[in-house]
Amino acid sequence: MFLKKIALAGSVAAFAASAGYACEIGARVNIVGNEFAAIQAVAAGAKECTGASVESNLTSEHQTINVAGLSGNPSEYTTAIIANSSVVALMNEDVIRPLNDLVEKYGQDLQPGQLIKIGDNIMAIAFMANAQHLMYRKDILEQAGVEVPTTYEEMLEVAEAIRAQGIMQNPVGGAYASGWNLAQEFNNMFLGYGGSHFKPGTAEPNVNSEAGVNALNMMKALSEYMNPDFLTHDSNATNAEYRAGNVAIMNMWGSRASQQTTTEGVLQEVIDGHAIGAPLTVGGGDIPATTLWWDGWTVGKNISDEEAEATFIAMKHGIRPDMLNDETTPLAVWLIEGYQPGKDAEGVFAAAKMGTPPYPMLPYMGLMHSALGNELADFMQGKESAEQALADVEAAYRAAAIEQGYLQ
Amino acid sequence: MRHKTFLWFFLPTGLAMLLFIAMPIVSVVTQSIFAPHPAVLLEVENCTPLIGCTTETTVDQEATAALRAEKPLGRFVGLDIYFNRGHLAIQEIGQIWAANETWGGFFTELGNLPFYRAMAFTLTFVAVVTPLTIVLGLVIALAVNSLHRQLKGLMIFFSLLPMIVTPLIGSLILFWMIDSRGVIGNALVYLAGDPDFSLKASTGLMWVALMVYGVWHAAPFAFVVFYAGLQTLPQDQIEAAQIDGATRWQQVKFVVVPHLMPLVTFVALIQLMDNFKVFEPIIGFSAQAHAQSLSTFIFYDLGGETRQLSSAAATSVMTIFGVAILLSPVLVRTWRDFKGAR
Amino acid sequence: MASRAQRMPTSLRIASSLFVLLWFILAAFPFLWTVWGSFKVELDFFSIADWTNALTGARTEAVYGSPFTTTGYEGAWIQEEFWRNVLNTGIVCFFVVTISLTIGTLGGYALSRSTYNYTFWLLITALIFRAMPPITLVSGYLLPFFEWNVWGILPTTIIVLVAINQPFTLWMLHSFFKNIPSELDESAKVDGCNQFQAFRRVIIPVMWPGVITTGLFSFLLAYNDFAVGAMLLSESNRTMVPAIAAFLGTTQTEGNVMFAVAAVVSATVPLFILVMFFQRQIVGGLTAGAVKG
Repeated sequence: MFLKKIALAGSVAAFAASAGYACEIGARVNIVGNEFAAIQAVAAGAKECTGASVESNLTSEHQTINVAGLSGNPSEYTTAIIANSSVVALMNEDVIRPLNDLVEKYGQDLQPGQLIKIGDNIMAIAFMANAQHLMYRKDILEQAGVEVPTTYEEMLEVAEAIRAQGIMQNPVGGAYASGWNLAQEFNNMFLGYGGSHFKPGTAEPNVNSEAGVNALNMMKALSEYMNPDFLTHDSNATNAEYRAGNVAIMNMWGSRASQQTTTEGVLQEVIDGHAIGAPLTVGGGDIPATTLWWDGWTVGKNISDEEAEATFIAMKHGIRPDMLNDETTPLAVWLIEGYQPGKDAEGVFAAAKMGTPPYPMLPYMGLMHSALGNELADFMQGKESAEQALADVEAAYRAAAIEQGYLQ
Repeated sequence: MRHKTFLWFFLPTGLAMLLFIAMPIVSVVTQSIFAPHPAVLLEVENCTPLIGCTTETTVDQEATAALRAEKPLGRFVGLDIYFNRGHLAIQEIGQIWAANETWGGFFTELGNLPFYRAMAFTLTFVAVVTPLTIVLGLVIALAVNSLHRQLKGLMIFFSLLPMIVTPLIGSLILFWMIDSRGVIGNALVYLAGDPDFSLKASTGLMWVALMVYGVWHAAPFAFVVFYAGLQTLPQDQIEAAQIDGATRWQQVKFVVVPHLMPLVTFVALIQLMDNFKVFEPIIGFSAQAHAQSLSTFIFYDLGGETRQLSSAAATSVMTIFGVAILLSPVLVRTWRDFKGAR
Repeated sequence: MASRAQRMPTSLRIASSLFVLLWFILAAFPFLWTVWGSFKVELDFFSIADWTNALTGARTEAVYGSPFTTTGYEGAWIQEEFWRNVLNTGIVCFFVVTISLTIGTLGGYALSRSTYNYTFWLLITALIFRAMPPITLVSGYLLPFFEWNVWGILPTTIIVLVAINQPFTLWMLHSFFKNIPSELDESAKVDGCNQFQAFRRVIIPVMWPGVITTGLFSFLLAYNDFAVGAMLLSESNRTMVPAIAAFLGTTQTEGNVMFAVAAVVSATVPLFILVMFFQRQIVGGLTAGAVKG
């Protein structure tokens, strides 16, 4: 996954030069964002611009520094690359600017789907999408004589069949690590059961409901087929299990699809048997129990208009259709015009086609996510009832939301 | 030493601590009694790629900005944050107290509140790890001290390893070793005779693992300090004790330990403080489901999508108070020594 | 070292040797296991399929035709240019140790020679300062540092590390200076030196063992620092430990654990050299220093 940054930048540059693409900017650009390869590629593209300096700071700590880095006058950074979960933190602090005029002036060729609108304001330009969906071992499923599941109820049957035939003891995988991951799995399941985290139009929590209890019970049922250490398994650990051939079926991030078979030392049967499927539905619902994510860039508010303009031009250069080449195309599910999705992207596109809800982009969703992450582990360990766990979540969320001023 | 001379000597270090520790502490205390303004919420249409538009809620920036400009610190909430459910949970305790007839029921429900649950783990951790570290450090120091000279240097390096390997990675490596498929985990499964035996799935065993790591990681520090202390052991006293017919154990008890006592105080002081702030092993072992501490609360408050600065500030201030209470017996002793020494 | 009085009976000697051996295994085994594993591929290192894979390198052999591979090291050092991070850590460590010791020696000396009550309270305050979780301190620095335009550069991190490290340094050096008889500098003052001259002429020549010990602890702190470096340094100025953490990846993106493992093993080599070089002073310094508290 860690591509040679320099080689990448070089190849992109060569490509741009051959296409005769030019990018002139008149003021400094400074990018802060996460450090995975797709973002490295976008930043490398932006850095081809000439006329003023383009700098970047790509780090996994970006979320802790981007608010401070976009504050001040002028701010250190002119753009932050964020996802739908983290853009709200920047909007809450009012450090990014609406892009309507810049889009009108320079962004006419962007896809309509790339424009992230909050009301009438375009707040971000998305360039890649992600979603959790099914990954499974078709060889194991064949061996057990079962069909590929389309619902979580079927997944339980598949798991039981695999276990009963003694093929695998713990066939189900899942990123159920206590904290962020567990909360995310709950969000998936809860939305799949038709739940809604908040009472409409307010910040009042609404998870202690039938959908919430159903979601927890389904997670508990699935965890019976997982490795007993599931509460310590984040997505890295879950993937390691999958590649070692210990897991036959799991709900996993689309961004991980391409590495399941390309990591060094993966068992041959895993490489041969690996398959991707659409996300599952649950409880007879028609929308899948998963969430859709995007990554995009914003433009800071506390900078001059020239800098904002330069930033927009440079960042748009970073995500122009030509930047897609053999090296960059497989890095992500791009939302860029002309992107030809490969096999690895099927799951994410299937998720979109099935009407997967986006991860809730609400100012107080982050607080709810934290509360879920901290309070659900007790239920998963069988220490308390689903109702009690959800009541704890609501109480923890309420305390945080009162502190942050969303509830009185 | 005259006041003025003292001032000049102390100025650089004092200034560094004032600027980078004392002033941030003041700002942290301020932050803990102020919270963000009530957000003015708006219903808007939200558009997302591949999906289309949905109606969502957002913050009305103009209205909120006006509030912020008026009172940049936020709204004054006094000690509300200290007393809310995420911290001391005064109100919840009152309810639990009223609802429970028995102590058992009271404590069970108390354990459901994050702060008290974290305290239960932290205090157990402090109470178990600190003395064990000191004893283990002392025994290692005595044993290494009796080694042949040439072996000592090598042994000192290897003894230091648990302390010098970056805790971030050190705990991660151990975490994999104790996995039920890892090398230590496998040995444990073999010893337990139960193929489903897993350290990571049980709260009790996870606590044990965290404490073992705590001792393992801190023992080298105690060892180095005590080993150095042993080098100045007055030989005449040992000989005198032997002439009096003292057994080896009595020599250790009546000569060696009293000689090392000031060092024990020093190590205890540092260890109590560091163990109270236990953090790395909980993160490294992904043990959040089983154990929490005040430091992990701060980590989550600051690391979430929405950063809870006031909450983190309140927890930090409580950490300082907690350490002060924990250290007070040692500090009183130090004060007596200080007065006595003058 | 064992004098006649210290000579042990055979049974105790055996017990003691066995204990040292046990401790050696406990202390060194995880590290040696890591060194061995750093020449394997990730699946062998974690050995989820079968724990003996970590020893035999079955998957490594399947990929590279030999149970050992240096791809982790090549990836970290050449592809990811880990040497840049090593260089940054070198710079940070050098300056942290130098500055920390310079101002810490002056402060510690003053604390040990003044007999007023405020010295006690200053020491206690320093101790309370040490109780502050560094992560809260660091997140408080962010906004002012961005505003003053000093965020992301090495000097800022160095100064912050020096300040955070001062309480511990002061306590160690204070107890060390307490052990140097005050008659030494008093007599120098009688000879007409002022306090600083007395410090320079009389104390500096005899203080090195204690200073070196304290310096080693400062060095370790700067060397192993994660919280400060991760939040206050930009990507291009990153030190080793945040770089290693970055190799591990995040929830939605894959890291390369073997790069991290190889980097950790490489990062320990300078420490090995350092400890072997300074082991006499580490112990010698404390001997002269903290003994009397």
